[in-house]
Amino acid sequence: MSILDYPFDNAYIIQKKKSIKKELLLKDNFVEKKIAILSGSTIGEIKNILELFLLNYGIKPEFKVGGYNRYYEELMFDDGSLSDFAPDFIYIHTSNKNIENLPSPQDSPKIVKDKLEKEFNKFKSLCEKALSYGAVVIVNNYEMPFYRMYGSKDAVVVQGVVNFTNKLNVMIADYIATMDNLYLNDINYLSGLIGLDNWFSLENWYLYKYALSVDKIPDLTFSIAKIIKSALGKNKKSIILDLDNTLWGGVIGDDGVEGIAIGNEQPAGMSYTEFQSYLKKLSSLGIMLNVCSKNEEKIAKQGFTNRKESPLSIDDFICFKANWEPKHINIANIAKEINIGEDSFVFIDDNPAEREIVRKSLPSVVVPEVSCPEDYIKAIDRAGFFEITAFTKDDAKRNEMYKQNAQRAAAESSFTDYTDYLLSLNMTSEIGAFSNAHCERITQLINKTNQFNFTTRRYAQSEIEEIISNHEEYISVHANLVDKFGDNGITTCLIASVKDNSANIDLWVMSCRVFKRHLEYAVFDYLVEQCNKMGIKTITASYLPTAKNIIIKDFYEGIGFDIVLDSENEKRYIFNIPENYENKNKVITMEVK
Amino acid sequence: MTKEEIMGQLTEIFRDIFDDEDIVLTESTTSDDIEDWDSLEQINLLVAIEKHFKIKFQLADVANLENVGSMVELVSKMIA
Repeated sequence: MSILDYPFDNAYIIQKKKSIKKELLLKDNFVEKKIAILSGSTIGEIKNILELFLLNYGIKPEFKVGGYNRYYEELMFDDGSLSDFAPDFIYIHTSNKNIENLPSPQDSPKIVKDKLEKEFNKFKSLCEKALSYGAVVIVNNYEMPFYRMYGSKDAVVVQGVVNFTNKLNVMIADYIATMDNLYLNDINYLSGLIGLDNWFSLENWYLYKYALSVDKIPDLTFSIAKIIKSALGKNKKSIILDLDNTLWGGVIGDDGVEGIAIGNEQPAGMSYTEFQSYLKKLSSLGIMLNVCSKNEEKIAKQGFTNRKESPLSIDDFICFKANWEPKHINIANIAKEINIGEDSFVFIDDNPAEREIVRKSLPSVVVPEVSCPEDYIKAIDRAGFFEITAFTKDDAKRNEMYKQNAQRAAAESSFTDYTDYLLSLNMTSEIGAFSNAHCERITQLINKTNQFNFTTRRYAQSEIEEIISNHEEYISVHANLVDKFGDNGITTCLIASVKDNSANIDLWVMSCRVFKRHLEYAVFDYLVEQCNKMGIKTITASYLPTAKNIIIKDFYEGIGFDIVLDSENEKRYIFNIPENYENKNKVITMEVK
Repeated sequence: MTKEEIMGQLTEIFRDIFDDEDIVLTESTTSDDIEDWDSLEQINLLVAIEKHFKIKFQLADVANLENVGSMVELVSKMIA
């Protein structure tokens, strides 16, 4: 566990920030991003601590820090320095200290209403302006005031600041819900979690103009870092769960299926029931659940089938490993079976010895320190492993898709000829250039895919929008894949830049669950077709090796490219389109959109 | 706690914050003597000192801290 993983020690982080930073910089493979922080109050230390959390997520920030309380002027009347900086992210650090039009007791309801609208309109125009820089924009809502003129009634009367803040926060949330690339950093919730008296420090405000207590800066910046890493596709994807004393109380092999604690009859049972319900909700958000437990499989499954109080059922799990193999071996197998990297997993186990062995053997699997069932939800929730920024239709269906994959694997084993098998899948695909309707999913796919990804370039949604609007300089391709087991959704994207009658494949990603289904051929066929239309004769491409994309290292030569450069850091290829190019895909029925 | 002991513990805090094991404090050390000691780090120092000695400075206390000696003096007064 890193000292920056939840639960962290705020004072320790602030005091040791320099040596922590040095240590983090020893790692490599950082994604570099430009981040502008604009100030509504002092931000010096906010930048420093945010940097630590980002580095911990593998993101190396380059910062531009705005002048003290100049956020409005710097955004609205840019002197050119902000647009020159070309930020990937803009964080606007405002707080209730920046509300200019607060209500006061002598205001008429009409005046309060005007103030509310004025404040909201200011917020809205700021956001719109910030988005016009082409960056992902992160904004705070407002924390509650630190005193209340009317006591509890402050939430009721229109002149109450609590009432006003609540309304403003709802307006802000409703507005953000309609916007792409604009994300809320919920300091209203965060300050509630920490307690307003702890969140805010009058001394820190009067002395240094910090709108929050200096020692709460790690909480604030952790929250921002979680949003940034999520927007960059660095979320975890799956949980692996132990059973005994993790999903129910007791040891099912010893206590018997009737002896385990689950259900709302007793306190212990309640805590496990609530945890299972929480997991079920996570699963509906596309987080894949798996079991890894030292148990007899048949007995272990009874914990779900024979105990109706159990919110989870066997069908909620993708992989169910109940055996006596060491856990790290089972976990490595689960990663292989569902075909996602080991660093996409969170492992929950009540047994410290099991946690330790998994941490040692599989350092990229995250293993939170949990000691009792009442800790479990908190450990997962606060750590933000699954922080959601964009939520696409494909996310909701992901569990279903992975389950279908397991069925396909079973079907595959009954065929001896692979082409016969592919034909038996009755595959169809819609293919076409990027469109605004799919922009969010395309961005997500690009930023999440690590294995079938030749260049591991990441794109912000705004860059994708730029590519959509520029048909002369870019060829873009996206495609879905449907087969008899179900719809896999949009699973591949390609971006090629056009120059001097040649197209260079800047990016090509494909979700690994459809790799080798010949969709890769279909995409290439489509690219060739587009090139022919534009009079392009050659296609060039690169393979930039990473720890994760080894499976495609010989892909381009396999489809007929010639190698023009083969170095340790890059393979360069060229493909001269023949007059009589013959389509490579013969198994998927294509529909061009 | 003696003033020497307070000075010793302050030295540890300074070394952590400035990530420099060679820092040696005297009563007359000021922000001019330590390269990175600016107003931002001043805040961090005060927050760390509050945490370490389990004390809470008041506004008036910290406005006139001119050197390490006056910090030791202040801490010593508050933990007495």
